[in-house]
Amino acid sequence: METQAKVDEILTRYKDAKRDALIPILQDVQDSCGYLSKEAVIQIGAYLNLPTSKIYGVATFYNQFRFQPVGQHHIQVCRGTACHVKGSSGVFDRFCRDLKINDGETTRDGMFSLEVVSCIGACGLAPVIAVNGEFHAKLVDDDASRIVKEYKKAAKEGDNK
Amino acid sequence: MTVAKPIITNSAQLTEFTAQTRTRMSDVTKINILVSMGTCGIAAGTTPVLKALEESLAAQNLTGVKITRVGCMGLCHSEPTIEVVDTASGKSVIYGNVKASHAEAIVAAGVHPAEGLKVIERGWYYPEDEENTQDAPQARIVLRNSGRINPEDIQEYIAQSGYQALCKVLLEMSPKQVVAEITDSGLRGRGGGGFPTGRKWSFANAQKPKEKYVICNADEGDPGAFMDRAILEGDPHAVLEAMAIAGFAIGAKNGIVYIRAEYPLAIERLQIAIHQAREMGFLGKNIFGSGFDFDIDLKFGAGAFVCGEETALIASIEGKRGEPTYKPPFPAIAGLWGKPTIVNNVETFANVCAIIRNGAGWFKRIGTTGSPGTKVFALAGKINQVGLIEVPMGTSLREIIYGIGKGIRNGKQFKAVQTGGPSGGCIKRDQLDTTIDYDTLVLLGSMMGSGGMIIMDEDDCMVSVARFFLEFTLDESCGKCTPCRIGNKRLHEMLTKITQGKADMQTLQKLRDLSASIKDTALCGLGQSSPNPVRSTMNQFEDEYLAHILEGKCPAGVCADLVTYSINENCTGCAVCKKRCPVDCIRGEKKSVHVIDAEACIKCGMCLSSCKFNAIDRK
Repeated sequence: METQAKVDEILTRYKDAKRDALIPILQDVQDSCGYLSKEAVIQIGAYLNLPTSKIYGVATFYNQFRFQPVGQHHIQVCRGTACHVKGSSGVFDRFCRDLKINDGETTRDGMFSLEVVSCIGACGLAPVIAVNGEFHAKLVDDDASRIVKEYKKAAKEGDNK
Repeated sequence: MTVAKPIITNSAQLTEFTAQTRTRMSDVTKINILVSMGTCGIAAGTTPVLKALEESLAAQNLTGVKITRVGCMGLCHSEPTIEVVDTASGKSVIYGNVKASHAEAIVAAGVHPAEGLKVIERGWYYPEDEENTQDAPQARIVLRNSGRINPEDIQEYIAQSGYQALCKVLLEMSPKQVVAEITDSGLRGRGGGGFPTGRKWSFANAQKPKEKYVICNADEGDPGAFMDRAILEGDPHAVLEAMAIAGFAIGAKNGIVYIRAEYPLAIERLQIAIHQAREMGFLGKNIFGSGFDFDIDLKFGAGAFVCGEETALIASIEGKRGEPTYKPPFPAIAGLWGKPTIVNNVETFANVCAIIRNGAGWFKRIGTTGSPGTKVFALAGKINQVGLIEVPMGTSLREIIYGIGKGIRNGKQFKAVQTGGPSGGCIKRDQLDTTIDYDTLVLLGSMMGSGGMIIMDEDDCMVSVARFFLEFTLDESCGKCTPCRIGNKRLHEMLTKITQGKADMQTLQKLRDLSASIKDTALCGLGQSSPNPVRSTMNQFEDEYLAHILEGKCPAGVCADLVTYSINENCTGCAVCKKRCPVDCIRGEKKSVHVIDAEACIKCGMCLSSCKFNAIDRK
């Protein structure tokens, strides 16, 4: 029910919205809810008078939109060329192995999710990743394991407090 | 929404305001400390440095010293960077790799280089403000203000002759004259294709409908290119002013900046800039009392590379899937909502104001005859000085890589430079003396693209690089036309086979044929250029393809299926690799040389990264 209220609140910002408001609405809903749930998509469709299938057609086309919630720590690995020639695939493989998930997946405990993103434009710092928007620069494979460990440790300490 | 009365409503007010701002700034500020606050700078740790500088400034109780947060200086290799400028003499010193602990020394030293800090040579000049007396390799027109002014303060932009070009255009020129000036300057689209900007504007200018649009394409998707981000973060007003000029030239009242949602800082600074420009009266109704109305909106891209193509970009703004449509009709005839629309890249717009201020003749003196002006490149990859550079067209690759970029990292051999992103190609060692402009790059089988330059050394496998780009295109293909959707998939499969050592000579021929078909038949620019990385690497590095196919070897040692790991005599028997091997394929007694079981090895490279004694060979 909470999602419905959030979406309602967003839709009130788009008075007399037409088709061109669809992508901004989807972006706002994802910002606020973390992902696009089926219920949210139906609700948007009813508001814009568009079939749900059309909305999915648009939403699945763009990389930005997610249909599952992300983990507590969302790890984005840059796949730009500069990062590639400096070994980003090794870093990505290490995350996959340590977390036992693949691109676009979330760990079962909901703690981590992994995503390969297109160039984030920080080529001077290659290979680069972002965890919840915070950059980690010039990584080697072992740094991936270290980062995962650090977050796990921080979470554990938080539990004990 | 009600807007308060704009501050500036005619040209006399602008002149007065500019003079006042300049006087106020030079009176108050003797020493200006510029702190680079672009995305890279912040990621590299500029924020604590800024805080320390402010604290030491307060502690040392100096007057006339100001700290300014500026955009990217382009010195990514030495972030965080700081420039200290003496405003009266213009003398300055640039520091690299600054830490918070250096703050006190920097504040105390003024423009005399502080001891113990890394000082960076400037290496560029500003053609609009000075002569090239130092013989600097870089010329900054587009990046003129980036790294010199606070992008969040419109007054600093005005002090740099900001909005004077717009004022001149609105009050002294006709739309046709503006189009003629831009056409005469020879400015070509900096997004990649190099289409003459003036001609694009003249098409839209000639159209009858009253409703027209100006779109700024800031959907910078080329992996390895970040100049548009740097321009918008460092000098957003230059782009806004140029869009208003374009609006006047073609007769449009509405501008849209289509920007990647992945650039939060650029978006924030653009929003601030638009707000300030409206307050001042540079956007909105009746600008400078000329009767011309223009306003700008932001639209956020949702992450689709193909939306860099203008028809796809327009579809995306209309709320549809970002699929390209067939041209003609060109957007300049029927674009957004079917109305005449011009779509220009950020860097193209960033040239416009300088051309209007100084004239087409001035602009043509820089660069080459066919490609006047400068080009911003993002140098990245295996190069010593990664960064953002701006050079006159016609500069040689050797000058860029060895002069400005200071050569290859770790003393390795240069192998190739990749330009033009996923639509471009590779340029080899023996072509390093080529001078670059739009036309020479096409002759070499590559293209200008948006200006990413990825430098590769002997450790990079060209087959794998081609495969990497195809993987990107596959992911980003919109799926509308068959050659791109299925053709690229087949190309990718063939390349994968080659990197696994499972291909034969027939594969090579098929690769060539299919690449040619895709180039001829795909619908849009993305599809037509998608086989370029394959074609170019096949032409330039055929020997590497042959080594993979005939000898089953990857000369650079990159393709995992074709390399083997072994342990040499350097091994001390510390057993770290044994412990870390995920498949337990390393055996050996303590303190004696270990052995890898090649059959069981999954080639993950864990042993190599964990060994401290250089005892693991990868061949």
